[in-house]
Amino acid sequence: MIVFDQVQKSYQVDGRAIPALHPTDMTIETGEVFGIVGHSGAGKSTLVRLINLLEPPTGGDIRIDGENITRYNAAELRAFRRKVGMIFQHFNLLSSKTVSDNIAFPMQLAGIYSKAEIRDRVQELLARVSLTDHATKYPSQLSGGQKQRVGIARALACRPTILLCDEATSALDPQTTQSVLRLLAEINKELGLTIVLITHEMDVVRRVCDRVAVMDAGRVVEMGAVSDVFLHPKHPTTRDFVFESESIDSEEMQEDLQKANGRILRLTFKGEATYQPLLGSVARASGVDFSILSGRIDHIKDTPYGQLTLSLIGGDLELAMSALEGADVHVEVVR
Amino acid sequence: MEALLSNVDWPEIGIASWDTLVMVGMSLLFSVLAGLPIGVLLFLTGKRQLLEQPVAYAVLSFVVNVLRSVPFIILLIVMIPFTVMLIGTSLGVAGAIPPLVAGGAPFFARLVETSLREVDRGIIEATQAMGANVRQIIFGALLPEALPGIIAGITVTAITLVSYAAMSGVIGGGGLGDLAIRFGYQRFQTDVMVITVALLVIFVQVLQMAGDRLVLYFSRK
Repeated sequence: MIVFDQVQKSYQVDGRAIPALHPTDMTIETGEVFGIVGHSGAGKSTLVRLINLLEPPTGGDIRIDGENITRYNAAELRAFRRKVGMIFQHFNLLSSKTVSDNIAFPMQLAGIYSKAEIRDRVQELLARVSLTDHATKYPSQLSGGQKQRVGIARALACRPTILLCDEATSALDPQTTQSVLRLLAEINKELGLTIVLITHEMDVVRRVCDRVAVMDAGRVVEMGAVSDVFLHPKHPTTRDFVFESESIDSEEMQEDLQKANGRILRLTFKGEATYQPLLGSVARASGVDFSILSGRIDHIKDTPYGQLTLSLIGGDLELAMSALEGADVHVEVVR
Repeated sequence: MEALLSNVDWPEIGIASWDTLVMVGMSLLFSVLAGLPIGVLLFLTGKRQLLEQPVAYAVLSFVVNVLRSVPFIILLIVMIPFTVMLIGTSLGVAGAIPPLVAGGAPFFARLVETSLREVDRGIIEATQAMGANVRQIIFGALLPEALPGIIAGITVTAITLVSYAAMSGVIGGGGLGDLAIRFGYQRFQTDVMVITVALLVIFVQVLQMAGDRLVLYFSRK
C-alpha cells in the first residue's frame, strides 16, 4: 500500500518556490492498477517520481507498506528502488546494450545475483514479453512496441512489488498501445504487483485501471473507481477528459440537444444490464416514444457498460423512469 | 627522381616519422588518461547534473579554458621549466610530451564533457530508478552510451596532437616537424619539406579513417 500524507513538491526557480504538487493525501492499494490522468504540466509526472523518490518531496510523508521512505538514507533508498520498477514514454533503454543486456542491467547493478541467476531470469523475462528471438538485437533495431516490452522486462527483472509507468504508451500507435496495455494487465493479474500509471489519455485508464486520480494544476481534483469517475465525472477537467476520449464535441452535443423535443435522459448501464433488451419493453409498458441522440457500448477494464442519451415524448414518463431504475440503470435527467 | 629528392635522407625521415609516432602516441595516451576523468568531472559537477557543484565546476572549467586559450606555440615555451623539472630535459621526443599533454588533455576533457551531455537524460534517470549509485551510473550507463562520441573525441585529439607535435620542432622537439623546420625551412630544402608534409597528411588521414571505423563499430543508434 502506498500512502501519501500531505505530500507536496515545489521547485526553486529564481529564488521563488513554484508549486508542482500541492499538499496531497492519497492511498494506492496493493495489487491495484492506479491511473493518474492529467494534462501536461498538471503535476502527474512529479507525482509518479515521488513514489521512487526520483523527486524528493518538499513536505509530507510517503509510506510504502508502513515504511516512511522519505527517511531512507542513500543506501536504503537504492535498495528500495530495486523493488520499484519503472517504464518510460521514450523507453530509456541503453542503446549500447543488447536486449538481453538491458534486461540484465538492473540485476547486475543490484550486485546480489549470480551470473546463472541473471541468465535464467533474462530468458524467463524474454519469454514473458515474447522477445526471445530478439535477445541479441540492439534497441535501435526494434519497433516502439518491442522497445517498450524490453522496458517492461527490464523493470520486472528484480521482481519489484510496484511498477511505475510514465506515459508508457504515449509514443506508441493505437494497436501497439493495446498490446502493451494487455501485457500490463496480465502482469498485474499474474504477479499481483501494484501498477501506478500516468497518462493523458482517458482511454488508457478505461482499459486497465481499477481506480483513477484526475490532476489539474498540481492538485488531485477527483479520485475514485474508474467506472464512477468515467461514467459520472464531476470536475470540469474530468469531464473534458471523458468527452475527449469519446470524441464528443460538447458544443455540437448542446446543439443536438436543443433540436430534440421532450424530456432528455442519459442512461448508464453497467455489467449485465448492458445486454438486456430493456428500452423496447419499457417503451411498450409506459407508452413513451424515444429517439436516441447519442450512445455507445464499451468496456471499463473487464466490465461492459453502455451510455445512451435519449429524448422521450408522450406516455407515462414516471413509469418509464422507475422501470429503468428498477432494472439497475442509472438515470440522469439532462433536460 | 634521385635528383629531384637529392636532399632527402631516408633513414633520417624514418627516424623522424618514428619520433612523431612516439610523441603523438605517448601524449595521446596521457591526454586521454588525464582528460577523461576531468571531462567526467566537468560533466557531473555541471548545472543540473548528478553532482552539481557550481564552485568546483567554475574552477575546473577556468583551468581548462586557460590551458586551451594559450596558443600552443606559447604553451611550449611556458612549459619549458616544468618539463625540465618533470623529466630533466625540455628537448627531444621526451621533452615534447609534457607540453603536448598540457595542450591535449584539456582539449580532450571538453570533448568528453560534450559527448556525455549528449547522453539522453532519460537514460540517467532510468538507471537511477534501478537503484544505481553514481559510480554505477558513470561506468554502467554514461560512459558506454557516450563511447562513440568519446572515440570521435580521441580521433580529433590525436589529429590535433599531430600538428602540435610538428610545432614542437621549434623548441627542439624532434620528429617530422623538427626535420621540416631544420632542413625544409632553414636550409631551403624544399624536397624535405614536401616529403615531411606528405607524411603528416598520410598520418592524419590514417588516424581519421581508423577513428571513423571505430565510431561506426561502436555506434548502435
